[in-house]
Amino acid sequence: MFEAIAFYMFAFLTIAMFYIAVTTSQALYALTALASGMIFISAFYFILGADFLGAVQIVVYSGAVLALYAFGMMFFDTTRDIKEKQGNRYVVIGLSVLSALLVVVIFVTPLISSNITALYPIAEGVGNTQQVGMVLFTKYLVPFEVAAIMLLVAMVAGIVLAGKKMDLSLTLMSDAEIRTIKEEKTKKVLS
Amino acid sequence: MEIGLNHYLVLSTILFAIGLVGIMRRKNLLMLFFATEILLNSVNISFAAISHYYGDLTGQMFAFFVIAIAASEVAVGLGLLIVWHKRHGNIDLDLMSTMKG
Repeated sequence: MFEAIAFYMFAFLTIAMFYIAVTTSQALYALTALASGMIFISAFYFILGADFLGAVQIVVYSGAVLALYAFGMMFFDTTRDIKEKQGNRYVVIGLSVLSALLVVVIFVTPLISSNITALYPIAEGVGNTQQVGMVLFTKYLVPFEVAAIMLLVAMVAGIVLAGKKMDLSLTLMSDAEIRTIKEEKTKKVLS
Repeated sequence: MEIGLNHYLVLSTILFAIGLVGIMRRKNLLMLFFATEILLNSVNISFAAISHYYGDLTGQMFAFFVIAIAASEVAVGLGLLIVWHKRHGNIDLDLMSTMKG
């Protein structure tokens, strides 16, 4: 009973927040709606008993990813309204619902048709965080390390892409100025 | 009233559809990234639900890796977006077509 109330409340809140994030014409509204939607999604993880996943969801999504988006939005002109594609909205909604249903059917049919058994069953008497640690550092150790390297590569790429020429504004310079800077650089490399 | 796996799958489908609507409607690339986050989150919900109802931890593991991939995607994507915005002054998707197909 309690679980049902929590599920329906958070489902309604999540859908409403993501609907606002998708349809609003203000970038800041979209960002805040997305942030609250992420926090409401972590509630589902807590209901499902995946405590560590819920904590990671709050830390990574609401903390890191949305802070990064807020940081990135400072670079862009967010005060003006966002233009949207003027298409047939019924076609868009119909296609979206159809493809979403298709994806779910593709992934769920094997679950229903074959009688799958748990590969790494949830152990009794241990907390969720301990179980996650045991499975992550035994069976999924290599993917874990690969994910770590991928995050390192992403961090380096972010610094290289966004941090380059932070002191000069490439939008305010003319093309000729940018070209002279480039030529100076190539001269330096050649000499 | 018991909440089963189907409830979570229906919720995940609805959120996935909302994300797809966002991807098809938006012109602004930052808003497109928001819609991508919604898609990844809806998939994560179904992973966690299947993991819970089948008593298997593999779903949660995949959700962790999806979160890691989403974080790195945001870092690289925002870096590229900032570079584009510095050069061209806009992040509209329709103005990014250079081949005029």
